[in-house]
Amino acid sequence: MPTSPSSPTPLHKRKAEKVDRLAELMGSRADEGRVSGIWIDAFRRMRTNPMAITGAIIVVLFVAVALFSPLIAPYSPTSQAWGGEVFPNRNEFVGPRAENWLGLDHLGRDLYSRFIIGARQTLMVGVVATLVGFCFGALLGGLAGACAVLGGRWGANVDNVIMRVIDMMLALPTLLLAVTVAALVGPSLTTVMLAVGIAQIPIFARLLRGAMLAQGNREYVLAAQSMGVRRHKIALTHILPNSMGPVIVQSTLTLATAIIDAAALSYLGLGNPDASFPEWGTMLAEAQRFLSTAPALAVYPALGIIITALGFTLLGESLREALDPKLRK
Amino acid sequence: MLRFIVRRLLQLIPTLLGLSVLLFVWLQRLPGGPENALLPDNAPPEQREALRESLGLDEPFTVQYFSFLGRIFQGDLGTSIHTGRPVLEEFLTRFPATFELAVTAIAIAVAVGLPLGYLAARKRGGALDFAAVGGSLLGICTPVFFLAFLLKVVFAEQLGLFPSAFRISPALSRTDITGFVVLDGVMTREWDVVWDALMHLALPGLALASIPLAVITRMTRASVLEVMGEDYVRTANAKGLHRTTVRTRHVLRNALLPVVTAVGLLSGSLFAGAVLTESVFAFPGIGSFIYEATHGRDYPVLTGFILLIAAMYVLINLLVDISYSLLDPRVRAQ
Amino acid sequence: MGTNAPLLAVEELSVGFGGRGSAPVKAVDGVSFSLEEGKVTGLVGESGCGKSVTSLALMGLLPDRGVEVGGRAVMQLPKGPEDLLALPQRRMRDLRGSQLAMIFQDPLSSLNPVVPIGRQVTEILKRHRGMRGEAARKEAADLLHRVGIPDPTRRLREYPHQLSGGMRQRALIAMAVACRPRLMIADEPTTALDVTIQAQILELLRDLVTEEGTALLMITHDLGVVAGLCDDINVLYAGRAVEHAPRAPLFAEPTHPYTVGLLGSIPRLDAPRGEPLTPVRGSVNDNIAWTDGCAFAPRCDHYTMDCLQGPPPLVERDSDPGHVHRCVNPIGHAEVVDRAVLDSPAVVGEEEDR
Repeated sequence: MPTSPSSPTPLHKRKAEKVDRLAELMGSRADEGRVSGIWIDAFRRMRTNPMAITGAIIVVLFVAVALFSPLIAPYSPTSQAWGGEVFPNRNEFVGPRAENWLGLDHLGRDLYSRFIIGARQTLMVGVVATLVGFCFGALLGGLAGACAVLGGRWGANVDNVIMRVIDMMLALPTLLLAVTVAALVGPSLTTVMLAVGIAQIPIFARLLRGAMLAQGNREYVLAAQSMGVRRHKIALTHILPNSMGPVIVQSTLTLATAIIDAAALSYLGLGNPDASFPEWGTMLAEAQRFLSTAPALAVYPALGIIITALGFTLLGESLREALDPKLRK
Repeated sequence: MLRFIVRRLLQLIPTLLGLSVLLFVWLQRLPGGPENALLPDNAPPEQREALRESLGLDEPFTVQYFSFLGRIFQGDLGTSIHTGRPVLEEFLTRFPATFELAVTAIAIAVAVGLPLGYLAARKRGGALDFAAVGGSLLGICTPVFFLAFLLKVVFAEQLGLFPSAFRISPALSRTDITGFVVLDGVMTREWDVVWDALMHLALPGLALASIPLAVITRMTRASVLEVMGEDYVRTANAKGLHRTTVRTRHVLRNALLPVVTAVGLLSGSLFAGAVLTESVFAFPGIGSFIYEATHGRDYPVLTGFILLIAAMYVLINLLVDISYSLLDPRVRAQ
Repeated sequence: MGTNAPLLAVEELSVGFGGRGSAPVKAVDGVSFSLEEGKVTGLVGESGCGKSVTSLALMGLLPDRGVEVGGRAVMQLPKGPEDLLALPQRRMRDLRGSQLAMIFQDPLSSLNPVVPIGRQVTEILKRHRGMRGEAARKEAADLLHRVGIPDPTRRLREYPHQLSGGMRQRALIAMAVACRPRLMIADEPTTALDVTIQAQILELLRDLVTEEGTALLMITHDLGVVAGLCDDINVLYAGRAVEHAPRAPLFAEPTHPYTVGLLGSIPRLDAPRGEPLTPVRGSVNDNIAWTDGCAFAPRCDHYTMDCLQGPPPLVERDSDPGHVHRCVNPIGHAEVVDRAVLDSPAVVGEEEDR
């Protein structure tokens, strides 16, 4: 809007004009650095991280295969339809061919079908074990953390007792703890899931408690307390949600370790005694005997485990990085 | 310093006591009770009764626990069902083998992981960094027993570069002094024995080292990266100090503190990790014995070994804390 | 003296942080000033205005990757003048600590926690003055004594966490002056300290400057520090100098609204009772690009349409040579005296906010 010096624009109009212009200039810079939730923020950062993308692709692929495995697998994983063609004693195995894409295993079962169905079992083991560790660990750690932050003397005692128990569990190396549990309950797939899950409890508990203690020292908790907000409410609505980051990260990482540990327990003979229904750990344990004669039998489940674990680990690590306040900026 | 150690030692007592309760309850809860574990399945009822009495199983729970505890303090951890020898003795005869294996693994992990992690951090984003990070992720994600099998098949069976089983070639004559084969060999100057033992340690040591190596590499890298961004490193540079001085005295000295802790914790966990590796290489240590005990349901062995390993783990943690306090003056002051 | 060139002449210094792919962000944009021996020059501004980046650029301590440094910083070295920004890293390492030294903001994090204080002092003596063993230890003790640390021989054996905040800053100053540098940069040296300690540290710095004839570049957001210490003051905003003047004219007749705002936001004992403090509203993030207009405009109560028409130039005041400002609508001296005039636009500003 042109203004001639002879007829000055009214003052209020000039003011509006300059305010508009300023808003326009500021608006062009305001796109960066808009405030948003830490999770949305983390997600945005992960979208550009190749590590996170690789991990996500692997995980999505794995979960999809696991979920739809009955539709994908061409044959029954337990059918020994080609049993007459394989003679492990004579080192006669059948490799990949049109009918059986990955060949046959030592009992003449279709390796491809077993691999696909195995993904489902493996996912189940990983998820259930992680859930066991997460639920009990978060419960214990959350209770200890809440008591320590808000409970005064009585709370400190509860915290102390819980943490001594957790310390005790930590004194047992994970695998040994799992072996102990498995030896107690007897070998089965449930044993493996339970054993691996229980072994993860102390890690979850310590993480959550530590995060809650760190949050408890923040000013906003003090402020809420001074305003008379009830204790359990502070713990539930303020401290807990703000402390979940490390626990969520750990869950993702635990999915990987659970799958690996489960394979180790299967190898130790504590897994499903009925090896006919496939799970990658069991398949791998079974195939060790033929590693020098028919390596393919072991390589497929091993690659399955390694790649899946890698996927979860990549995802978890990049999530940890994305949530790290030190790296955020 | 002494007070610090004593206080930490006292803190161990509740942990170990709690552990003994846990194991005691565990024994009680075994299917059919502990006598089932000690007897064949088809044992006659009289024999069963006699055993219950001799084990004091008819006594009240607390009395049983305290006698259990008393026996532990006397070093009596029970007797192996399969070998018939005391559990403690079995442990002590197998301990040197596992110890040598664990030391080998940690040595490999530290010798490779520290420089690798450090160089990866210095050349952040470069090819070496990429390889180190990728390699360590792969190391963490590979099941140890599979790696052990792979090493055994490729390097021992196919290529024949290394022996595939045992601590030492059975044909070799050696003088046994301490039970530590390598140490004995050095003491008696039987260099062929030392060499043979080291060859036997190489593959299982490498397999067992995979996870510690991966962890140490990643930790060193992360720690060095963090320290390089610290204010005091900037101060050191502002003082114009030589690059090497800055890197050693100011970066490494601080960056290695968390790594020391990690190394300690990892060495503790190796005794359990050895279960897998030792069974693959038929390495006659604690791990392979636990493996056998698991399969044979040798409960006294399992309980005793778990208690001993846990005690060792806790002790190693104590050593780590002490060494940490020696390295970090801030901890010492508290 | 007199005819000599200044000890350090910084011309058109600019520092850009390049993001991968995105356009580089200019943290410092064409800043010029000069430092004279025995004088204290202040670099004032809020956090994020580029003052710390300026000091790190002069010291050559910015990371190699992703940073672009432009301009010149010519320093009179014993072997003749040289451009610090163009020197190779190896030469800069020789100069740092011996010719130019720096004191940092947070004394605790700036000291290595696991190395005794003594070692941290002697290492610089060893590096630049070739002193070793007992001689170095004795000199270190002397240095600590000189910066006012009692019982220096005992302190040499102690670790940073065993010292008080003021003592740590003194130790850092001891390291900075260890090799009698001709130029010292102090980056907010008192911010992390108690008020009582602050005054002591400033006094110590003042004494060192007068005794040694060192040139001191004082970086701070605190105009109180500036008033007591600096001979010459540069006010920075969003990476550019907005006002430059010797101490007296700057405090008596500040012309840039930002400087006026900074002055208005410090509490004064001589102000009439009940008079409110006038903080500068908004934050450094509420700005516009210098290329579009005055970056301070969004927070300014005096901005006009002219402020939004391209970059404002740096101009010298007619009445007062040596007093330079970057403002197209500067505050006249009369207005400052009459605070009522100063306050009225703020009311307008509040109306606009609604």
